[in-house]
Amino acid sequence: MADLAAFAYLIAGILFIMALRGLSHPTTSRQGNRFGMIGMAIAILTTLLILSPPSNFSGFLLIIVGLGVGGGIGAVIAKRVPMTAMPQLVAAFHSLVGLAAVFVAAGALYSPEAFNIGVPGAVHTASIIEMSLGVAIGAVTFTGSIIAFAKLDGRMSGSPILLPARHLINIALAVSLVLMIILLITTQWTGWFWLITLAALALGVLLIVPIGGADMPVVISMLNSYSGWAAAGIGFTLGNTALIITGSLVGSSGAILSYIMCKGMNRSFISVILGGFGGDSAVAAVIGAEVRPVKRGSADDAAFILQNAGSVIIVPGYGFAVAQAQHALREMADKLKEHGVTVKYAIHPVAGRMPGHMNVLLAEANVPYDEVFELEDINSEFAQADVAYVIGANDVTNPSAKTDPNSPIAGMPILDVEKAKTVLFVKRSLGSGYAGIDNPLFFMDNTMMLLADAKKMTEDIVKAMD
Amino acid sequence: MSAMDTLKEAADRAAEAAAEFARIATEIATNAPEAAEAAGQGAAAAVGVDPFMFQLSIFAMACFVGYYVVWSVTPALHTPLMSVTNAISSVIVVGALVAAGADLDAGATWATRIFGFLGVILASVNIFGGFMVTERMLAMYKKKV
Repeated sequence: MADLAAFAYLIAGILFIMALRGLSHPTTSRQGNRFGMIGMAIAILTTLLILSPPSNFSGFLLIIVGLGVGGGIGAVIAKRVPMTAMPQLVAAFHSLVGLAAVFVAAGALYSPEAFNIGVPGAVHTASIIEMSLGVAIGAVTFTGSIIAFAKLDGRMSGSPILLPARHLINIALAVSLVLMIILLITTQWTGWFWLITLAALALGVLLIVPIGGADMPVVISMLNSYSGWAAAGIGFTLGNTALIITGSLVGSSGAILSYIMCKGMNRSFISVILGGFGGDSAVAAVIGAEVRPVKRGSADDAAFILQNAGSVIIVPGYGFAVAQAQHALREMADKLKEHGVTVKYAIHPVAGRMPGHMNVLLAEANVPYDEVFELEDINSEFAQADVAYVIGANDVTNPSAKTDPNSPIAGMPILDVEKAKTVLFVKRSLGSGYAGIDNPLFFMDNTMMLLADAKKMTEDIVKAMD
Repeated sequence: MSAMDTLKEAADRAAEAAAEFARIATEIATNAPEAAEAAGQGAAAAVGVDPFMFQLSIFAMACFVGYYVVWSVTPALHTPLMSVTNAISSVIVVGALVAAGADLDAGATWATRIFGFLGVILASVNIFGGFMVTERMLAMYKKKV
């Protein structure tokens, strides 16, 4: 029976691998998601089958109620959440995995027999280490994700909060975590378990508060990775293959995404983690931006230029997501196509607040995915494009990343929009982006600034094209 | 002639090895009941390797599988990737189920059951929410018509 269960868990693990494999292309992605669901169903059913005797009625009742309540809440959330709120939803979900890891570890600690890891007061050393790692990472994930959620949801300022001596505090907390894990092993006193949890909860808050809103793509990927490692830690405690495989899949997935995001900003992972970089674009100082001459345009001017163009490349950014301009933008693209204009979309890897954020919004507005291109695939095309329509993006188009070695974003790969014949730049004001730096693009001869809300301006352009 | 000698020598060695193998096989056969018992007491005792090492092997291999699989994910699907990894990491629910259904007669405590119950709720929010929202997102990705 135990062998059969282990085999079923292995199958579940393999199905999870295939779920991720499916995401290599949009056409296979839904099938992949189904594999994931099947894997999860197998894992849950197997666990229920090998669980304590069926006479254990109260236990099964608890499980059914738990699954029902949780599943119901999850289903409602999944149905109602707007696509623009996806980053904060993912952050919130990460926090749940983290907290669940803490609860499972606590459960194992109080009834180690049920988990085959020893008896109270004499839990196997290896199991305690695995459990402590699981609970520590889980707790960090929990509070860290809550902070990330608050920042992404605008419930908390996106600007970094810098405590004095924060690195020292973090190091002290990390060292105390290691010490307390050792004490938990030697004394087996449950109090240490809770102190570990508390210290890790505090560490989670302290790790994320100094990180600015624009670095959120890295943070959210990193927390994704942490939630995976926490699951893997618990997987070792339970000796459960499905959990170990999944934990390592998720852990490496998050780590790779963090790496891609860091590369997209040309920043080291360490410098992002240490925090203190950037804040809300509204907070960033505007230094002498207004004194240089810029060419401003109206919706009518923009409509005229766009209609008479042969090819248009649209560059969306975070402002586009905030303004919820995706449907208006698609309408504009449809109008342009009616006029025989070729329309393409260029996505910078760190545009928005999470990996792939822009792609989801465009997909929601029914933009076909084969019109949407990644930076390296489309960057050479700006030189041939008639118009670059920059909507809610700023720093990812800033040419000073290429020209000014002293710029805070020097070396960051950027979209070469300045090479297009005309740049239409939709922006609420002439303020700088999250990096707090001027964008020389505003003052170029081929740039026309469209100062308005991204959605409003796009709608006005659509009207002007009629 | 030396080639012949070498060949003969090799044949002798092979015969010796075969005899030795047969001897070991008989030994194993006679000791099978005890061996099985030892294995029953845990693979560790029989093989001399802690089961933890097997788990660690799975972990290391899965990290590599994850590495290659995730690199093949198209950047356009990075958001669904995050939501689906989120959903599958909720397989931690198996731990919560064991805790919530822990047998009180076998010495489990209510504390464990409560922690398990809470864990089941949290994980199932994630399971249902994660897979459903991923499904919703993936349904939106369409090709040019």
